[in-house]
Amino acid sequence: MSSHVKSTVNGDAVEFVCTNDESLLDVLRNRLGLTGAKEGCGTGDCGACSVILDGRLVCSCLVLGAEMNGKTVETIEGMADGAKLHPLQQNFIDGAALQCGICTPGFLMAAQALLRKNPDPSEEEIRFGLAGNLCRCTGYDKIVRAVQSAAKEMRG
Amino acid sequence: MGETMRFETPSTAKEAVTLLAKEKGAAYILAGGTDLLVKMKAGIIEPDLVVDIKLIKGMTEIKKSATGFMIGAGVPCAALSENAGLVKAYPGVVEAANLIGSKQVQGRCTMSGNLCNASPAADSVPALIAAGAKVLISGPKGNRKLNVEDVPAGVGRTNLKKGEFITAISLPPKAAKSGDAYLRFTPRTEMDIAVVSVAINLTLDGKGIITKARVALGAVAATVLLVKEAAKAIIGTKLDDAAKAKLAAVCSAACKPIDDKRGTIEFRTDVAGVLARRAAETAYARAGGK
Repeated sequence: MSSHVKSTVNGDAVEFVCTNDESLLDVLRNRLGLTGAKEGCGTGDCGACSVILDGRLVCSCLVLGAEMNGKTVETIEGMADGAKLHPLQQNFIDGAALQCGICTPGFLMAAQALLRKNPDPSEEEIRFGLAGNLCRCTGYDKIVRAVQSAAKEMRG
Repeated sequence: MGETMRFETPSTAKEAVTLLAKEKGAAYILAGGTDLLVKMKAGIIEPDLVVDIKLIKGMTEIKKSATGFMIGAGVPCAALSENAGLVKAYPGVVEAANLIGSKQVQGRCTMSGNLCNASPAADSVPALIAAGAKVLISGPKGNRKLNVEDVPAGVGRTNLKKGEFITAISLPPKAAKSGDAYLRFTPRTEMDIAVVSVAINLTLDGKGIITKARVALGAVAATVLLVKEAAKAIIGTKLDDAAKAKLAAVCSAACKPIDDKRGTIEFRTDVAGVLARRAAETAYARAGGK
């Protein structure tokens, strides 16, 4: 059985039909063509599928598409302002805070959620804020430093 | 599974109860979904019906009144730390709930779900039991209340009957000169499951003597344990060294743990005592004791 759902994704009104057991991640990737969020584990352990749902950071693999009626979703595709990258994105590139890139959209969304709540986090707060995101190639130091430099830039 | 699973979003508890009660197949409640979806994907469960309760009025609200705090069954754990009144009254409950999973998981997971998942290692459950929390249940025969410690029936099993579901968790008003704390042992600081956990809530008199206490142990038996003897060990004391030693001994003695890859029986038994002593010190200080 399926559900007919209306929600807002990155500021755009969207309408989709999904099967009732389909995850938000599968809806984003397979029905809406937003392939930035990745499936790493599918069980909420790796954070590669992180999106912001009604203002809260969540794993989109653990949300049903059928739940999305009237909800607002932010994904990595909505982070840049047109051609201008978000300071977090630019600092990840400048600081080489990625290698294969699979985990990067999730890290960026988690960092975005963290900085909205806490614009001036300590290194420890950044590490706790990103503890739900796993990276298997870069290691975490460059990622933490990129978030620190982005946070500084965003505070102005 | 996907072809036949029905998905409902009732707007009242009564509607939800009717849906659950009349379902002949496997029916599940969806609150945060952080356990439900994992089990669905792993094929551990194959729901015929999933009932999302979050559109029911009050389900995602935290209400404070003269009778304490009412935390709707759909309130994500992340919202608990944003409620200044709750953090002030029950810091131990909030810190326990904010140890579950990652920030992403906390954005969705609920204390009611943590309780109904009925894992003995559930972080929020010992803290709720120490706080003397109750659950409000809606069911085909009306509403009823249950102490949190009476909800789990065993690993993965609860005492809820067919058609029943938890609508809210109720915490009593904070007593004057009371404090709580939750501690767990995990190999990692985040994203891990308790090997042993302890929650303590205690109340002092004007002289700093403990007049009331509730001590709960997690991950050392099939269900979270409320250890009344542990409370007796510290009531009437100012949490001096002798009282702490007795508390630790009683807590260790109450453990009936399993040996598994995360901890041995011996380790869990010993650490339960250590954590109890430390949690009691924090709770005592939070209650204003010196």
